Amino acid sequence: MNETALIIETIVKAVIVVAVVAGMAGFATFIERKVLAFMQRRLGPMHVGPYGLLQLAADGIKLFTKEDIIPQHVVRPIFMIAPVIAAVTAFVAMAAIPFFPEFTLFGYTVHPIVSDINVALLYVMGVSSVGVYAPLLAGMSSANKWSLLGAGRAVVQMLSFEVVSGLSVLAPIMMIGSLSLIDINDYQSDGVMSWLIWKQPLAFLLFAMAGFMETNRSPFDTIEFEAEVVSGYATEYSGMRWGLFFIGEYANMITISVLVSIIFMGGYNSLWFIPGALMMLLKVSFWIFLFLWVRAAWPHIRPDQLMWVCWKVLMPLAVVNILITGLVLV
Amino acid sequence: MYEIIAFYVFSALTIGMFTIVVMSKNALYAMSALAGGMIFISGFFFILEAEFLGVVQITVYSGAIMALYAFGMMFFDTTREVKEHVRAKKISYTLFILSAILILVILSAPLFSENIQATYPTIENVGNIQMIGLVLFTKYLVPFELAAIMLLVAMIAGIVLASKKMDFDPHFDENAEFLQEVK
Repeated sequence: MNETALIIETIVKAVIVVAVVAGMAGFATFIERKVLAFMQRRLGPMHVGPYGLLQLAADGIKLFTKEDIIPQHVVRPIFMIAPVIAAVTAFVAMAAIPFFPEFTLFGYTVHPIVSDINVALLYVMGVSSVGVYAPLLAGMSSANKWSLLGAGRAVVQMLSFEVVSGLSVLAPIMMIGSLSLIDINDYQSDGVMSWLIWKQPLAFLLFAMAGFMETNRSPFDTIEFEAEVVSGYATEYSGMRWGLFFIGEYANMITISVLVSIIFMGGYNSLWFIPGALMMLLKVSFWIFLFLWVRAAWPHIRPDQLMWVCWKVLMPLAVVNILITGLVLV
Repeated sequence: MYEIIAFYVFSALTIGMFTIVVMSKNALYAMSALAGGMIFISGFFFILEAEFLGVVQITVYSGAIMALYAFGMMFFDTTREVKEHVRAKKISYTLFILSAILILVILSAPLFSENIQATYPTIENVGNIQMIGLVLFTKYLVPFELAAIMLLVAMIAGIVLASKKMDFDPHFDENAEFLQEVK
């Protein structure tokens, strides 16, 4: 009986996470257009609803009702399943993330985490790395040269930057001694000065850069850069399947924002008079904004420059950081 | 009860996936099914509460199969079927049946003996990673270090093999010069 209750609770939590995050991902596309527009002295979407707020609904209707075209020479099942992988891995990765501090609702303590496993951080990073299969399979099954080029770039870059993100996050883990995101959060509970960003500034920078790469955001979005590879792996896609790739991308952005907030910026600990849940929302909003800000401010870089900076600058820096952390700890 | 359901679901999925790997003639199907099968295997680790190994299974195999895809991309047109030339059918069928019997014997042997005990039983209130660390740095220290040395050797060999192109500087101007020299 108790087991059944646990299963039902988990299902309810999972549904809530998927629904809320998918909604937020949709809303993020609207925010992105607005923020980019203001940074470029435009107005952005204005006509649908007040300040263009209903543009979101219009886009949704368009995506859902558009014809789902499957070109003639593609490998059908793989082509159809690739966008699903993008969205599913992005959401499955969220299973181990504690979004908020625990709270009591009608006398029942709610832990806002779907499954509290003790290797949460590794799990989140591992499952989001499976997300690379989406562009890879899409590109290889599309029977299109641009898609194949996009897929090739995706594999090379994501695998390279996984090394950087894994190594950079190792230094904070060595200090805390736990992979559980809840332990990592509790480690930083003594106000702003206990945030790990002050003790591990280099790891923070490296992890943030790897996060930009893994979510495929500019300046590192070479795998679907229009001027070079048309639309990369998504060239042959239309309608909702195309949309699923981008729901996955925005969900990944939210995941990375939450991860950076928890690991380096104090997580959901309350600060002064601001409650923990609100702190979390503020930090995540700030990170989403930063993603958009960087997109508006910086140009793309070439794939070879990206590889160069990854293997010859970022990875050695991450290893040196681990070495120094180890020496200090010993 | 739920564990049993999960076990059978994951078993069916894993066997199905690996059947596709063996039977399919399309390289893309085979590789995708291999990746899927490897990820479904991690489900067993999660059921056994060995979360660390489960996550390592996902991370390591998804990365390793990615490299297979890269080779597939280079050597095949993955949208077409591969023509297979199977010469000695009898030998392959004989080996197949023999290995099936061997696996059956190996797996069913524990059912008939009752004195099986874990050499390193799980300790209460100690995390997954700590336990693996304890075993890895006490009993299995030598194999662990040997594996590390082997990987180091492989890495150095890889760098030496690729070192002819290491002079290639990514800066734009010199790049152009290099290209002119090639022409």
